[in-house]
Amino acid sequence: MDCVVRHLGEYFHSVCLNPALCKGCVGCIKSCPTEAIRIRGGKAQITESRCIDCGECIRKCPNHAKTAITNSMDDLKQYKYNIALPAPTLYAQFNADISIEKILCGLLKIGFDGVYEVAKGAEIVSLATREYLQRTDIKRPAISSACPAVVRLIQVKFPELLEYLVPFEAPVEVAARMALKEYSKKFAVAPGKIGVWFITPCPAKMTAIKQPVGLDRSNVTGTIAISQIYGDLRKILAKISTQDCEIRRASWLGVGWAVSGGEKEAAGPPPRSLVVHDIHSASEILEQVALGKLKDVDYIECLACAGGCIGGPLTVENRFVAEANMQKRLQIIRQEDLSEGRTIGQNSEEPKIEITTHQPLEARPALQLDKDIVKAMHKVELIRKILKKLPGLDCGSCGSPTCKTLAEDIAQGMASETDCVFKLRERVRDLAQEMVDLAEKLPPSLDKDLNELCFIDDEQNDNKKQEENS
Amino acid sequence: MEDEQAVVLEFELKGSDFNVAGETSSKIKRILQQIGVRSDVIRRIAISSYEAEMNVIIHAHRGKVKAMIYPDRTELLVEDEGPGIANIDLAMKEGYSTAPDYVREMGFGAGMGLPNMARCSDQFDIQSTVEKGTTIKMVIFHDGEKGEKLSG
Repeated sequence: MDCVVRHLGEYFHSVCLNPALCKGCVGCIKSCPTEAIRIRGGKAQITESRCIDCGECIRKCPNHAKTAITNSMDDLKQYKYNIALPAPTLYAQFNADISIEKILCGLLKIGFDGVYEVAKGAEIVSLATREYLQRTDIKRPAISSACPAVVRLIQVKFPELLEYLVPFEAPVEVAARMALKEYSKKFAVAPGKIGVWFITPCPAKMTAIKQPVGLDRSNVTGTIAISQIYGDLRKILAKISTQDCEIRRASWLGVGWAVSGGEKEAAGPPPRSLVVHDIHSASEILEQVALGKLKDVDYIECLACAGGCIGGPLTVENRFVAEANMQKRLQIIRQEDLSEGRTIGQNSEEPKIEITTHQPLEARPALQLDKDIVKAMHKVELIRKILKKLPGLDCGSCGSPTCKTLAEDIAQGMASETDCVFKLRERVRDLAQEMVDLAEKLPPSLDKDLNELCFIDDEQNDNKKQEENS
Repeated sequence: MEDEQAVVLEFELKGSDFNVAGETSSKIKRILQQIGVRSDVIRRIAISSYEAEMNVIIHAHRGKVKAMIYPDRTELLVEDEGPGIANIDLAMKEGYSTAPDYVREMGFGAGMGLPNMARCSDQFDIQSTVEKGTTIKMVIFHDGEKGEKLSG
């Protein structure tokens, strides 16, 4: 994939741009929730410190110039054994009559040696969250930390809310630890010899693995996009006739996480909880929390993609179709779970999996204009002054998403006022007017009006000089 | 004091205009983030200004919010023309509210506004004249250690 990654900054990003495909339109700069993209030199540029890898630009780009860095199936060759960790969203890509067992079996057929469902990890995080919400010493509303794009949005735009995040690692990390434990025993190899691959619906997960938030290092080796294996999996599924080549471990509780609302339901019945999805809605609700509203809300399930993970940019199926698939599937497996007596969470005989709590999360305030507070204040004043002169159309032609961001860019020395086409037009008009004015002026030797005077009156001449001087 | 540098932001508010509720505080918050004030301090300023802003919208006919941001502190001045507060001591009690039912149904008016403002700010001053209006002045220091202890 021709992908230019700008590793210039201190942060890894999985969202990147293929400049050959970028036409420099304003689609992505308008949709970015953190105003991280500018068009410069006819191509989109991502400001690393602001990018939260939500993938909104990947979704919006009509030319598919925005892509996500994920691993390919070739990377599996580096390991003796490979385990797939399918996100429950993978199941929603298929009709409900294709059982989860069959899909897990399909993963084994396309090149993995083992599978471990992320839904199982989700179950365990859910049960821990239930307990956490019962505590009286926590900040409310508690905000779910399962969506890595939301966690990064809070780091960048709402650092004051970091302590509201539920302090547990994401389901995929829990699943990875459990998988490594189980399979290193089964294959009788050291965990280091096993590649653990997350089958992901979104680019933010890749970033979360490369640059874990609140963890020293991730147990996940890499990510493979659902869209990348979908074709192969689909073909194989048609050939799998028998069921149950791999047993399903996770119950409906964890599988339901794929759709918005699933996480809330799995977290049990806290008195008041909200389900928020779509990164812009998430940003709005976080703003409300930041203003001290919503004090009587206990829990917020907050997801970057509309519809939840099934709306992820690396999925294949339309999210409404995927949601219908999933609801049907949940109905079926809820029945099965009941009749088969499937345990939710862990069996009591298993050694208890400890959920690691986050280390305190680091704030990444990206809005600050200058390290020096007085200089920053000057820039704020400058921005307000510049903004007054801009047309306020937010057309994006200058390459900044809004007039306000252009004013910020000018104050930061990264743009100029004439980047605004309307300001440029004003300048051209003024210049043209000046040229007309100048063109009308004639040297005295050619000025016919002057010729009509036979004598130059000294007094008049003096007046003229005085006028010129004043 | 006069030539001390400050960023001054002024906003006009109209009573019962719930459409813009919170906008003033969001704008103040964004400027504070640009200036680089510590995030826990921003939170206290944002909550103070939000509660004050909501009080004007809920109770008054019209009002003004003025935020003066200095390098070391933020001062919030909120003046309104409205019914005023007859008994300030009572209004400062948690849970005491004169907000009408329809406002409470919207989730506002829990009687926590003034106590929250007092709790979040380092200096809090309130003056009120019945049938005329209320003026609240709050100062929050940027290096303050005061924790935000909210209730309600």
